[in-house]
Amino acid sequence: MINSTSFLIVLRFILLVLLQVLVFNKLNFFGYINPLIYILFLYWYPIKQNRTTFIILCFFLGLCVDIFSDTLAINAAATVTIAYLRPTIMRFVFGVNYEFQSFKLNNSTKAQQFTFLALLIIIHHLVYFTLEIFSFSNSLLILQKTLTVGVSTLILGILFSTLFSSKKE
Amino acid sequence: MQQIINFLIRYKIFLLYLFLLLISCIFTFQSHSYHQSKFLNSSNYISGSIYTFSDNVTSYFGLREENNKLVEENKRLRDKLFNNVVLSPSLIDSTSVDYEVVRGRVINNSYADQRNYITINKGRNDSIVQDMGVITDKGILGIVENTSDKFSTVQSILSDKSNINAKIKNSNHFGSLVWENTTDYNVVQLIDIPRLVPLTIGDTIVTGAMSSIFPENIPIGTIKRFDLDNSKSFYFIDVELFYDMTNIDNIYIIRNLNRKEVLELEAETEAND
Repeated sequence: MINSTSFLIVLRFILLVLLQVLVFNKLNFFGYINPLIYILFLYWYPIKQNRTTFIILCFFLGLCVDIFSDTLAINAAATVTIAYLRPTIMRFVFGVNYEFQSFKLNNSTKAQQFTFLALLIIIHHLVYFTLEIFSFSNSLLILQKTLTVGVSTLILGILFSTLFSSKKE
Repeated sequence: MQQIINFLIRYKIFLLYLFLLLISCIFTFQSHSYHQSKFLNSSNYISGSIYTFSDNVTSYFGLREENNKLVEENKRLRDKLFNNVVLSPSLIDSTSVDYEVVRGRVINNSYADQRNYITINKGRNDSIVQDMGVITDKGILGIVENTSDKFSTVQSILSDKSNINAKIKNSNHFGSLVWENTTDYNVVQLIDIPRLVPLTIGDTIVTGAMSSIFPENIPIGTIKRFDLDNSKSFYFIDVELFYDMTNIDNIYIIRNLNRKEVLELEAETEAND
């Protein structure tokens, strides 16, 4: 059981990095919109797992994407931030429910899943573009990019999560 | 002591987060100065191989167009060659050249970020080193930043760190080519041209002679719009590029054989001051 879970996580890690760098980094929709689809890794990651491993794994996920897209360590910083904040976001979205043993992402309502994903994306993109642009004189550009790229990531994220969600029991 | 350990255990997640965030911030900011970080770039073996593989697949779709471009360039070069009535021996003698050209291919290109890098398939094995110029068939592309054995990353002119010497064609007024409006990837900016220079929209901008990276007179683009900057003594010029930065395949890397000598001489002069 543990082996199959870890195997799934590693497989997801590799596939999402490849998908991000080979497909979505080259999209350049409207010139600059490249959805950061690899965030789905954090959305899908099992809830009852060691937090330390989770944060370290997310750091390397960001770093892998960074190495491929020559963005220094901006992705790593943004991903580590949402990895750290994930339990807080989950408590906010799902209430105390999510701490129960039986809780599963699939059992929650669509609205909850949507909010959860949206919050992950907003925080991630805000950190990402703040670090990338790094000047307050361009704060409008930061917000504009966060909004447009965030919406595109959200749409694709919902599509992917519906496509690959495991069947409801 | 007990309390310190308790504190560490209780906040270990938070501390781990801070530690990892700190690492990524160090990676990010240490390279804000000039050069990209040494090992966090796509010229390494793994990403290079994956990009080569993906380029091998995708390059088939643009073969015909790429062929046309190369034929076009051949034609241009032949025109020049035939009109040069006396073929001077210095054109053929390879010991007296100042520049050497290596051909390469783009295996990964980006143009939507603030700092764009291009990965090419030539590296240290082909004697590519940092600070060599890279051009396309129609104009300049960027400067080599990092190299591995088989690959290099090139800092594109579409980067807010890029700063290249450029001038107005057929004059010697030179300025710096930068990229300030970082959302438009067809337009770069030329600054530091004094206001006494007569300018017209449509004038051609070429590389200047001050740089030890690019040869003089490589075309860059045409003036699209110009305006005085805040100090009112220099122009701020929008330059429209001659070529599409989003569609590049074959490139040439330029080695300036005199560069070492020039740099040594300049360093010596500065040391004497």
